[in-house]
Amino acid sequence: MRQIAVLAKKEFKGYFDSPVAYVVITLFLLIAGWQFSTGMFLSNTPDLRGLFGIIRFILLFFIPAVSMRLLSEEKRLGTIELLMTLPIKDWQLVLGKYIAAYLLILVTLILTLIHFISIAFLGEPDVGATIAGYIGLFFVVGVYLAIGIFTSALTQNQIVSFILSFVIIFFFFIVDKVVFLFPGFIANILEFLSIDYHFNNIARGVLDSRDVFYYLSLIFIFLFLTVQTLESRKWK
Amino acid sequence: MISVQNLTKYYGTAPAVNNISFEIEKGTVLGFLGPNGAGKTTTVRIITCYLSPTSGNVLVDNHSIHTESLEVRKRIGYLPENAPLYLDMNVVDYINFMHRMRGDGTVDGSRIREVIATCGLEGVVHKNIGELSKGYRQRVGLAQALVHDPEILILDEPTVGLDPNQIIEIRNLIKNLGREKTVILCSHILHEVEATCNRVLIISEGDLVADGTPSELQASFEGKGRISLQVKNNCGTFLEKVINVPGIDRIINDIQITEGLHEVQLESVKGIDPREDIFRLCMNTNTVLLEMKREVTSLEDVFRQLTGGEH
Repeated sequence: MRQIAVLAKKEFKGYFDSPVAYVVITLFLLIAGWQFSTGMFLSNTPDLRGLFGIIRFILLFFIPAVSMRLLSEEKRLGTIELLMTLPIKDWQLVLGKYIAAYLLILVTLILTLIHFISIAFLGEPDVGATIAGYIGLFFVVGVYLAIGIFTSALTQNQIVSFILSFVIIFFFFIVDKVVFLFPGFIANILEFLSIDYHFNNIARGVLDSRDVFYYLSLIFIFLFLTVQTLESRKWK
Repeated sequence: MISVQNLTKYYGTAPAVNNISFEIEKGTVLGFLGPNGAGKTTTVRIITCYLSPTSGNVLVDNHSIHTESLEVRKRIGYLPENAPLYLDMNVVDYINFMHRMRGDGTVDGSRIREVIATCGLEGVVHKNIGELSKGYRQRVGLAQALVHDPEILILDEPTVGLDPNQIIEIRNLIKNLGREKTVILCSHILHEVEATCNRVLIISEGDLVADGTPSELQASFEGKGRISLQVKNNCGTFLEKVINVPGIDRIINDIQITEGLHEVQLESVKGIDPREDIFRLCMNTNTVLLEMKREVTSLEDVFRQLTGGEH
């Protein structure tokens, strides 16, 4: 089990040894800050709801960028062969990498608290809603990243991995915005598949087990598929 | 120590490895020899648990690759072909990382220093692997394979792309390691195997075609010998009588270089060395022997014979 931590640490440090972490964090904060501050002054309300919407949208692009190299680069360099002959299980390896990417996004999200602090100077932001929103975001990030690591196991090309994960994430992102096109029961299913639908439930301050179950099962499914994809090499 | 049992691996419908079995004793330096694409890498990848065989089993210290893969992996240090490494990590961080990953996550600093010294990496510890030459990268690859002090070391073409000096260094390193460890060395270079290994397996198109020490293989595949001579004086008499020397089959050719100086090539029967008799004949016929050389099958000939002329 300790090896999961060792791998996660190495991967996390790798983000900061290369420009990836700095580029991701800086761009993310710039875009989120700019979008949020213009919107907030227009609506003239001291809350972070707008910010959470913006973050979910920007993550659509940033998460594939963070996750695209996780496994594809190992495949391209051939280091996957060494990694997968180490005395650790494939799922431990996937988990180690997943945790590293998650931590990078977590650091970025924590830095967005600056907006909460600045709003606190302007008015009385709702602490409960803010906490609920961040909890929702942690789940959303978990799903996006699980999809990202899955697509990075499919190919040795980072760009292909980026595009594939973007497409899959976009499906879960857009699906509740098109439900009105479909008849009732299909609309219900589509709504249940939607990331934003469950986010809004959590952000309202209700931590319903159905929403948590939805996120956790999506995370599990995509991590499971990642492990299966890696193991399929054995039988090719 | 390692027992490979009826191993078969298909890629699609083409067999890469075809029902091979062999055992490796502790302390053997095994040369795994074959032309490119013969199935060496596939076999090694199965032993290291990177691939699963279509059928068959491998036991390492009585642990099966199917049921106790982690136990198998713990005992093996593996350097894949072309030494794949993280090019943006520095040498010491990388070895440290692999040490933790191969062990239980803890670090033994003295072991890392030891490995760095063994592999001659002292001068480059803080360099990025991407900046290193091919020879140094190969050594870093070897260092990560050694860092957990494994009982078994598997090296897939460790000297490809190195210059002659580096090749000799790596070979010496392997020889030294072979004193304490079981080593499997994949190679398509014959004299590399002759120089470092005490047992050779030859594989061709997925089939195991030969198994033995380098000298055993030479002996068992030894065909007719060939003796080259340079003789002076009385060549006529000598050539008449040499055909009667026991073990001599025929005169392949006879070139007169100058008056009285001949270069002669003889074919000898398998397994007999007639050089002493030829020498005596020269004395009896008062012929001056300037040069005599016997050639028998080299491992290279064995290899060509077995693998269909490809090198």
